[in-house]
Amino acid sequence: MIRRLIALFCLLLLPGLAAAQERVVNVYNWSDYIDPYAVQRFMRETGIRVRYDVYDSLETLEGKLSAGRSGYDIIVPTSEPSFARLLRAGALAPLDRARLPNWRNLDARLMARVAEIDPGNQHGAIYLWGTVGLGLRLDRIRAIAPDLALDGLDVLFKPENAARLARCGIMVMDSATDVLPSALRWAGRDPNAHALEDLRAAEQTLMGIRRHVRAIIPAGAILDALANGEACVALTYSGDVIQAKARAEEAGRGVEIGYVAPRQGAQLWFDMLAIPADAPNKDAAHDFINFLLRPDVMAGITNHVRYPNAVPASLAAVDVAVREDRNVYPDEAMLAASFVASTPPREIERARSRLWSRFKAGR
Amino acid sequence: MRRGFLLAPLWLWLLLFVAAPVAVLAVMALATPSDGVPPFTLGLRFAAFAMLVEDGYYVEALFSALRLAATTAGLCLLIAYPMALGMAGVRPRWRLPLLAMLMLPFWSGFLLRIGAWIGLLRDEGLINRLLRGFGITEAPLPLLYTEGAMLVGMVHAYLPFAVLPLFTALVRLDPALLEAAADLGARPARVFFSVTLPLTLPAAAAGFLLVFIPAAGEFVIPELLGPPEAQVIGRVLWQEFFQSRDWPLAAALGLALLALLILPMRWFQKLEAEQ
Repeated sequence: MIRRLIALFCLLLLPGLAAAQERVVNVYNWSDYIDPYAVQRFMRETGIRVRYDVYDSLETLEGKLSAGRSGYDIIVPTSEPSFARLLRAGALAPLDRARLPNWRNLDARLMARVAEIDPGNQHGAIYLWGTVGLGLRLDRIRAIAPDLALDGLDVLFKPENAARLARCGIMVMDSATDVLPSALRWAGRDPNAHALEDLRAAEQTLMGIRRHVRAIIPAGAILDALANGEACVALTYSGDVIQAKARAEEAGRGVEIGYVAPRQGAQLWFDMLAIPADAPNKDAAHDFINFLLRPDVMAGITNHVRYPNAVPASLAAVDVAVREDRNVYPDEAMLAASFVASTPPREIERARSRLWSRFKAGR
Repeated sequence: MRRGFLLAPLWLWLLLFVAAPVAVLAVMALATPSDGVPPFTLGLRFAAFAMLVEDGYYVEALFSALRLAATTAGLCLLIAYPMALGMAGVRPRWRLPLLAMLMLPFWSGFLLRIGAWIGLLRDEGLINRLLRGFGITEAPLPLLYTEGAMLVGMVHAYLPFAVLPLFTALVRLDPALLEAAADLGARPARVFFSVTLPLTLPAAAAGFLLVFIPAAGEFVIPELLGPPEAQVIGRVLWQEFFQSRDWPLAAALGLALLALLILPMRWFQKLEAEQ
């Protein structure tokens, strides 16, 4: 009897033991931002189960992380503002390089630009990156304003241009961090200046076109609007425009999309692979990051989502059309002119977010 | 004693889901925002409340939310009265199917219905394509991201809340009263305004409040259908919480909205007591 009971007890315990031994990694990434095949391959090769969850705005990510105990092991915050703010808040765990042999694959020059925020690159590896620029619906713009030079932010920020294009739909992504630096640069100022006078110049630039702007919505919604042909001019992320272009071509309804990076120098952003300080499975998280930094895996991701990565050795396996698209991979001159946004102190952040709400409210 | 025991679940409910959350909000509203997890340090600081009063931006957002809620609730009542009258006026066996027709769409996903409106109102949406197809307009009319789109979405989302109390009140209305009024020579309009309307006024007020209160804090519909300038309190609260990461200010905003919503509820209580 007792022996039988013990046997039964052991049987009951088994699934618990199995669960304890099964390794899991909880990934929280942007939506539509990975090659699904890469995740399957990681599971097959390592036996670690991936629980994959997505967000479509940095606010959602930061909101969850700020509350603590998010339960995620991998997050992909953008260098500015989220990665920098989470770093300041002590919400990120330092990475153990010994566990990341593929770290050497990373482009040192790009990593150096992130080191301005994260000294010594101790808390994050670049996953994908890109620029901020204009998505344009070329077929409509050619019909409305055939003489307009489509070569930079003048298309949007010059009030007379915005007025001409207003009726086919101007949109700006709802993100002060991603729009203000470009507005400052266009107004001939330091993109990271935050003296009151500089902010006023940026506000003037934005207010000058405000009544021509149809929508100020999250980048994900702008991607849809561009692909549908709803937006004519949209200030948003490079990769989103390129994805919208592909979707519009697939739909085959004559919507022709193009991307233009600011001539004066584009804002660069980096999405960082990072591990929350309270992540329950830090070991598996390191394995996941190391896997993603493999050139063949990274090439698959870039081919799928059309954002450049920071693993130069992956280039050989990236589709020629993606590799040679200067809107995906900017050339040397564009990279040299580009800038990285910095994190302003808290009081300035409030002034900026207030400026942004005035822009949205239009008064 | 036994009565107290029966009320225990109610008290527990109120404690867990009303008193405790409000207390958490109050503690958070008095804290100081900081970099950290969570992004505030506890304290006793009234700056968040001071900011609400001093900065016209928040007052304006509160009022624009109340305006939107009142307009929505008013429009809902205007549409709900004829609907409820019609539903109460048919033979009883038809009432259930009519009720189902009102409720079934309401059971589908909320976001799905908002998404459907986006699909209808877009530049390349059904309405604009029809208008162009019949040669009524040449270029697409900007319908999405307007005040009108937001109101349509709001009314559509909240209409059942206004219809149901009215319908229940109208079904219970003694038909003899209406017949008596008609026998005494009152025309239908007169019967409605001197008999039906006064008798169903509490139900109308209940319907108004059921729409008004959730509508005042609405975030999703103004965000997805409304124009950028529709900065209602729900959106401002979201910005303070997620974009400025000023949780104390967001908590103070939540409390202010709660306080403002208690006023119409008191008014309703008074109205009921009078009846």
